[in-house]
Amino acid sequence: MRFGVVRFPGTCDEIDALRACAAVGDAQLLWHGDADLKGSDVIVIPGGFSYGDYLRVGALARLSPVMGEVAKFAAAGGPVLGICNGFQILAEAGLVPGALLPNLSLRFVCREVDLVVATARTPFTSTSSVGDVLRIPAKHKSGRFYVPDAQLPELVANDQVLFRYADGQNPNGSLDDIAGVCNLAGNVAGLMPHPEHAVDALIGSIDGLRLFEGAAASAAPAAA
Amino acid sequence: MARARVLIRPKSGILDPQGEAVERALPALGFDGASDVRIGRLVELELDDAADLDQMCERLLANPLIEDYEIEVVSS
Repeated sequence: MRFGVVRFPGTCDEIDALRACAAVGDAQLLWHGDADLKGSDVIVIPGGFSYGDYLRVGALARLSPVMGEVAKFAAAGGPVLGICNGFQILAEAGLVPGALLPNLSLRFVCREVDLVVATARTPFTSTSSVGDVLRIPAKHKSGRFYVPDAQLPELVANDQVLFRYADGQNPNGSLDDIAGVCNLAGNVAGLMPHPEHAVDALIGSIDGLRLFEGAAASAAPAAA
Repeated sequence: MARARVLIRPKSGILDPQGEAVERALPALGFDGASDVRIGRLVELELDDAADLDQMCERLLANPLIEDYEIEVVSS
């Protein structure tokens, strides 16, 4: 079971992501300029400020050579997790629904939040149950999840909401308190908070580990 | 060779907190009565074929889910 963590120019959370993956399996860094996933069974697109957030967050990174391979991998059912900027990149690439707008406060938020699991059908939530609460840090300036109002009922009906912020903890004005979503098939998921920063009791929560354990538990047979 | 400008702004109905903040700041300078302030961005470019512009906007310069754009060909 091998995780591949993609590094773009401007990525800054890849080392924590690599460490989180290495806690449950093998992990390797992938360079955005290489159109090669090097046999990875799970892809993690970590957080940061790829391409300096130029034009729009995630807009340029999704055109990197590696992303063509990620799209093929995703289409074949391979598990892909986008965290923060990784979520923004997946949204710009159209691999998950919606867009991430600037926080309503216009401030960079950096705090732990409680995330409520909204679906357990993705690899990353496969070892969780709906309603479980995970305490995970959020740190971003453009995390306001948006879809046009007309699309929200469809998103909910299709079981594409992955996590919601717990009551009263929405840090950015996200629609319907949505903190993360997945594609229709459920194998591609994105969320704004950072599970890779919550894997060691020394610095607080280890709830983030759950996502990586889930991927390790469910991905190996699926990603042939 | 054509020279063009693309104006990109948040779609109507999408909250624009930057615009709201600027709207609240204008009265501090004595400018009362400004409303519906929206902040977008301007892309200027020279290109061989202005016919490509629409696709450029749809696929990269703007995100049609959240942004509207206007194309202005300045000279061709």
